[in-house]
Amino acid sequence: MTKKSFRRAFRDSLPIMAGYLALGIGYGVLLQSKGYSFWWAILMSVTMFAGSGQYAGVDFMASGASLLTTAFMTLIINCRHFFYGVSLLDKYRGTGIVKPYLIFGLTDETYSITATVKLEDNISPKKYYFFLTALNHSYWITGCVLGAVLGMFLPFSGEGVDFAMTALFIVIMVEQWLDNKNHLPAILGAATTAVCLVIFGAEFFIVPSLFLIAAEMVVFRKWLDPAAKETASEVSGND
Amino acid sequence: MTDLHPLWQVLIMAAVIAFTRFLPFLAFPEGRKRPAVITYLGKVLPYAIIGMLVVYCFKSVSVFTYPYGLPELIAAAFVVGMHVWLRNTLISVFGGVAVYMLLVQLVF
Repeated sequence: MTKKSFRRAFRDSLPIMAGYLALGIGYGVLLQSKGYSFWWAILMSVTMFAGSGQYAGVDFMASGASLLTTAFMTLIINCRHFFYGVSLLDKYRGTGIVKPYLIFGLTDETYSITATVKLEDNISPKKYYFFLTALNHSYWITGCVLGAVLGMFLPFSGEGVDFAMTALFIVIMVEQWLDNKNHLPAILGAATTAVCLVIFGAEFFIVPSLFLIAAEMVVFRKWLDPAAKETASEVSGND
Repeated sequence: MTDLHPLWQVLIMAAVIAFTRFLPFLAFPEGRKRPAVITYLGKVLPYAIIGMLVVYCFKSVSVFTYPYGLPELIAAAFVVGMHVWLRNTLISVFGGVAVYMLLVQLVF
């Protein structure tokens, strides 16, 4: 079972490997260009494990931002994680000793897989989630360190490899689209974000997008949740 | 090299990021009843958030200046087409990456 869980996790992690190596190397090069050695790449990729958070973090460090500013901006950039956790409360329930690590390593990409994956019966979800999270973490650390150590000397242009992330999200969206009759959540999610991007700009649109999306989901519940009664009974019968 | 400020910054950022990830699990612990609306949101949000993440990936694309987001559009259409056709994640993703890299490095 462990072997099967690992195999499946590894297979599902391959697109993320491509994306993380590309983004990680880009990050390592950026760190180095600002005068931070690969020790910083290791420290940050191990302890933070967040793409946009780390990219922004280099700016805060290079500009010598105050600790308060650093903390506040990091909170704004990463508060989308809250919504990820909300939708994984049940899936990550009962994962025991690995649970803190699963939560610690909850990136956009890991979330996109664990929130949507359908596992065969012969795969242990707990082991699968753990392997997927740990594999992704190792790709990210490897990418960041590679970039910081030898990013300047890469023999070929990797421009465009980071499209792996975009392609992965598109694939997951297509999968969901083909599997479900109700496309309203996907459409609302994409449309709301697009509108917020135009209104608030590329730097600030994620937070308003998320709160609007959550509000819309609640308002349109009648059309989005055919199992509203089932949900209610499930909750009242909660352990 | 005794400037510890960046080190404190990294530690604080790591703590804040972990906080954003742990908060929902701390607010709604296992074995405790939680509001029905939270359970419901947990079910529908994955669909909406994937929609959000797709748009998020295109945030830096400028549609009014050359190449007008064409490489992204073509590669994305390729991914959708391949995936509807074969439904093989690896082929769709790595094919899409290959198309995109060709477009941005050689065509546009």
